Amino acid sequence: MIQLDETDKLILNTIQLDFPLELHPFEKLAEQLNIPEIEVLQRLERLTEEGALRRIGPIINTKETGGTSTLVAVKASLERIDEVADCINSYPEVSHNYLRPAEYNIWFTVSAANEERLEQILEEIKFRTGCSLISLPTRRLFKIGVKFNIR
Amino acid sequence: MDEIDKQIIKLTQDGISLVHAPFAEIAAKLGLSEEDVINRLIIMYKEGVIRRFGASIGHRAIGITANAMCTWNVPDDRVEEVGAIMSGFPEVTHCYERPRYPDWPYNLFTMVHSYTKEDCINVAKQVSKATNITDYRLLFSEREFKKTGVRL
Repeated sequence: MIQLDETDKLILNTIQLDFPLELHPFEKLAEQLNIPEIEVLQRLERLTEEGALRRIGPIINTKETGGTSTLVAVKASLERIDEVADCINSYPEVSHNYLRPAEYNIWFTVSAANEERLEQILEEIKFRTGCSLISLPTRRLFKIGVKFNIR
Repeated sequence: MDEIDKQIIKLTQDGISLVHAPFAEIAAKLGLSEEDVINRLIIMYKEGVIRRFGASIGHRAIGITANAMCTWNVPDDRVEEVGAIMSGFPEVTHCYERPRYPDWPYNLFTMVHSYTKEDCINVAKQVSKATNITDYRLLFSEREFKKTGVRL
């Protein structure tokens, strides 16, 4: 695990939400945080190399881009977990896939260009794995991955 | 959202460069000015195409390794009120209402991220106390098979 100092934490906690969309965003950030721009950039480079920072970019709203998505829960027998997970992962539309032991034990999210494609992917996975699954699309959104409180 | 907007998303979704003028190379590739690129990003943000423009954290790398999907059986007429309370917890990073199934009656889904499994269990207990919802399931991820951002 990476050790972060207070300045690293301050920078990371700030740029999750308030990244300035300007010509020179890191200069602006440097002013806000009272740290030289070159130091901000060097720290961000290091944090990227260490894996603390994945990227600075847009988080897209698939609903607004015309796409559709859902969360799917699958019942897979323990000895077939890897095979079923591989089958699910083979679809580029699948963004997240986890083993979470419960009655339904494989949980994945899938975003597709349209409802027909989404339906097709789920039917194919059902057919190829023989597992039963339930689709749990969002009905109401209350909060989405806003930020991590790094302490 | 037009073709240029899509190109801007494609050129920024893996992360902008960590340099003094990060939008310059994107502008050059598309034959636009830097101001055009930035203005289009701001418009996409205002219109909701972009949910957020900012840093994605490698939360596992910095020790936020525990994550639990906590699913709650909330009476339909309390969903709005309970969803708002749950969203107020900083450790609750996601909160959605989803359909119920006969063998999965839980209709509110929250993701809890924290430093330890115990932290997550405690957060769920606090959420339960704050909302008076006692029928819930905590599902810890034991393996990550795949994790990528949603891409255009």
